Amino acid sequence: MDLDLLSNILFAMARTGTPLLLVALGELICEKSGVLNLGQEGMMLFGAVVGFIVAFSTGSLWLGVLLAIAAGMLLSLLFAAVALGFNANQVATGLALTIFGVGLSSFIGAAWVGKPLAGFEPLAIPLLSEIPLIGRMLFAQDALIYLSFALFVLVAWVLLKSRIGLIIQAVGENPDAASAMGLPVLRVRTLAVMFGGAMAGLAGGYLSLAYTPMWAENMTAGRGWIALALVVFASWRVFRVLLGAYLFGLASIIHLVAQGVGLSVPSNLLAMLPYVATIVVLVLLSRDAIKTRLFAPVSLGKPWQPGH
Amino acid sequence: MSSSPPVPRLQLQGITKRYPGCLANDRIDLSIEPGEIHALLGENGAGKSTLMKIIYGVTQPDSGSIVWHGEPLKMRDPAMARQLGIGMVFQHFSLFETLTVAENIALAMGSEAGTPKQLEPRIREVSQRYGMPLEPQRLVHSLSIGERQRVEIVRCLMQDIKLLILDEPTSVLTPQEADELFATLRRLAAEGCSILFISHKLGEVRALCQSATVLRGGRVSGHCVPADCSDLELAKLMVGDAEGLESSYPKVSGGRVRLRVDDLNWHNIDPFGTSLTSLRLEVRSGEIVGIAGVAGNGQDELLALLSGEVRLPRGERERISLDDHPIANLYPDARRSRGLAFVPAERLGHGAVPDMSLSDNALLTAFQQGLLSKGLIKRAKVLAFAEEIIQRFAVKTPNAQAPARSLSGGNLQKFILGREIMQQPKLLVAAHPTWGVDVGAAAAIHRALIALRDAGAAILVISEDLDELFQISDRIGALSGGTLSPLAATASTTPADVGRWMAGQFAPQAPHLCTGSSASSAATLS
Repeated sequence: MDLDLLSNILFAMARTGTPLLLVALGELICEKSGVLNLGQEGMMLFGAVVGFIVAFSTGSLWLGVLLAIAAGMLLSLLFAAVALGFNANQVATGLALTIFGVGLSSFIGAAWVGKPLAGFEPLAIPLLSEIPLIGRMLFAQDALIYLSFALFVLVAWVLLKSRIGLIIQAVGENPDAASAMGLPVLRVRTLAVMFGGAMAGLAGGYLSLAYTPMWAENMTAGRGWIALALVVFASWRVFRVLLGAYLFGLASIIHLVAQGVGLSVPSNLLAMLPYVATIVVLVLLSRDAIKTRLFAPVSLGKPWQPGH
Repeated sequence: MSSSPPVPRLQLQGITKRYPGCLANDRIDLSIEPGEIHALLGENGAGKSTLMKIIYGVTQPDSGSIVWHGEPLKMRDPAMARQLGIGMVFQHFSLFETLTVAENIALAMGSEAGTPKQLEPRIREVSQRYGMPLEPQRLVHSLSIGERQRVEIVRCLMQDIKLLILDEPTSVLTPQEADELFATLRRLAAEGCSILFISHKLGEVRALCQSATVLRGGRVSGHCVPADCSDLELAKLMVGDAEGLESSYPKVSGGRVRLRVDDLNWHNIDPFGTSLTSLRLEVRSGEIVGIAGVAGNGQDELLALLSGEVRLPRGERERISLDDHPIANLYPDARRSRGLAFVPAERLGHGAVPDMSLSDNALLTAFQQGLLSKGLIKRAKVLAFAEEIIQRFAVKTPNAQAPARSLSGGNLQKFILGREIMQQPKLLVAAHPTWGVDVGAAAAIHRALIALRDAGAAILVISEDLDELFQISDRIGALSGGTLSPLAATASTTPADVGRWMAGQFAPQAPHLCTGSSASSAATLS
């Protein structure tokens, strides 16, 4: 394998891994605060369709991105109202949100299926993108991928270094104690859910405006679910989320590469590879029980109301 | 302010708080001076917790007023209480296990106080000054219970503290650790901090506190100076009728060995749990063996291994034996059919199913007592069985159809214990039998245990309540960090000895337990 092919593989890996990374970062924050939102797939699809329609109608890609984010947040607010405000079962509410999002996006997107759109173009940074091997992966991507790098750094910093990260972790571990300490548990959780919604919306927008600039029903193809699994198997650690997302991206393109070089493996098996590879690697990584316990939000998915 | 007598730091006037179905606080008055250590005494359910939550702003009173430094105010929330200089150390710690000591403290102090890193020098300084050394960078889950309490206290002391509230602080400490805590508290009081010390242990209240307010059934039943009152007088204030509470039971030595635990090793895969190492233990027929220890030192693990909820592989089945039959690999029902009965620590959810009726709950463990016929339940017999428990053990309930959750802690515990005793076990394992139970029910439970002992059963009691263990057990030992101290006759042991064992100060058990010695020493004493 020559250097050029490798550089191309890394480039494509980041592109394929980015939607997953975005959703997973959002869900990571959400779960760290103790809320399990299974509605990622629905929020992504809604973001994708809204982003596409807006960009197509106005001609502004960035306006599309902005409204994709807003769309994701809107659905997440619905989730927050039901699951946090009315204390409903989070699993059921999240599932309902996904079903709702899938249906809603198909409904409003029906007239837009198959329309062409000029999406985000790669912006190669001079000189830096010439670096062998990693140059193209890091410095010849489109604007949304650069944004995903920045968001990764932001989320990592918030979780590992900031006071906000401490508060999120405290609320997710022991809401009773956090509340007794005067922390606004429900507000923190609502904001975390909204951040998750925004990231899912952005991931959807990335799919319909940059990755494959078009709208098709169910175009997320289960990425929301994979992201959920990713967060768990990454044992709620931000660097492993990045690793898992890119690993998934890598395994996804390996099967294209394999077909390209003429390997005769049934394509169905190869299509399975990203899912299997990502989960196997992360499961192997999360064998250290102590570390896993330290990062897992103890109160994940448990309804909580003040004053009990 | 120019009032001539010193203004009390905190005054409560006519505090009333009603919850659905109960009057938790009824016109409570209380006054604490600067630098005073004031005890709030009362049984479980007397309203201590509610009162303290009102002072700390967790809940609001229905009526009555809080006066702070002579000025009436409304305590909105804990944040406001902390701002005024009120700190609180909860009974169930409000710490985050996955965070470090410094992070826990920084979270409570607000962003102005600085980052965890910036706080480290001050945490070290404060903790040293008050004799409670702490390493700020350690993760809380790796700390002992005593150390966690220090974190809570230091967290309060980091601010300008005027009133420190401690909720049953010694319930998680060994006697020696409690003495260290008292030294710290006296020092704080000498510096002018007021302390509200909540407890139901009369001895320590007398040793530490200058004045006391006693609550009973949500009302103030008296104010007193603890040093001038006898235990009985204080107990009367707490309980009302202290008759039959002060009882001592004759110590006996057991007969033949019923339960034998021989070199029990068990590795806990839960990183926050405790592993057991080389446990050796014998319980004889007609004796009660008590095992003391601060929570989290292997009690839960030992109980699960004894009850059969956790089993050893077949090859190690000899590690636990009942009447010389190996049982360590058997499931709970198989152990029960061999004569083992078990009263778990948690009453609702472990000892009884909250939503099921008492008679159904009776069936759950007693089904082997002829309550089934060809797999079908004999309803009439079950009901009769449950009613007999209710009658014999004086369980206060409308009838046997009442759901378990509707009973008070003490009544449910009497029912669960009664259910096990009625099955005439050869061996009874009871965890925290009187935890959270009122004094009257506790005395009834103790009498029932003693009666079962005198009928020839072997009884193992695991409890954190040293007074209880000294009262009922014939031999006593302590768990510390998953190892068991040697067992000694209670009559020749002092609480201070057991306190040392609880802190892990004992020689490891000899590889071969000399089976005759403990029995003979007990025999000579009785």
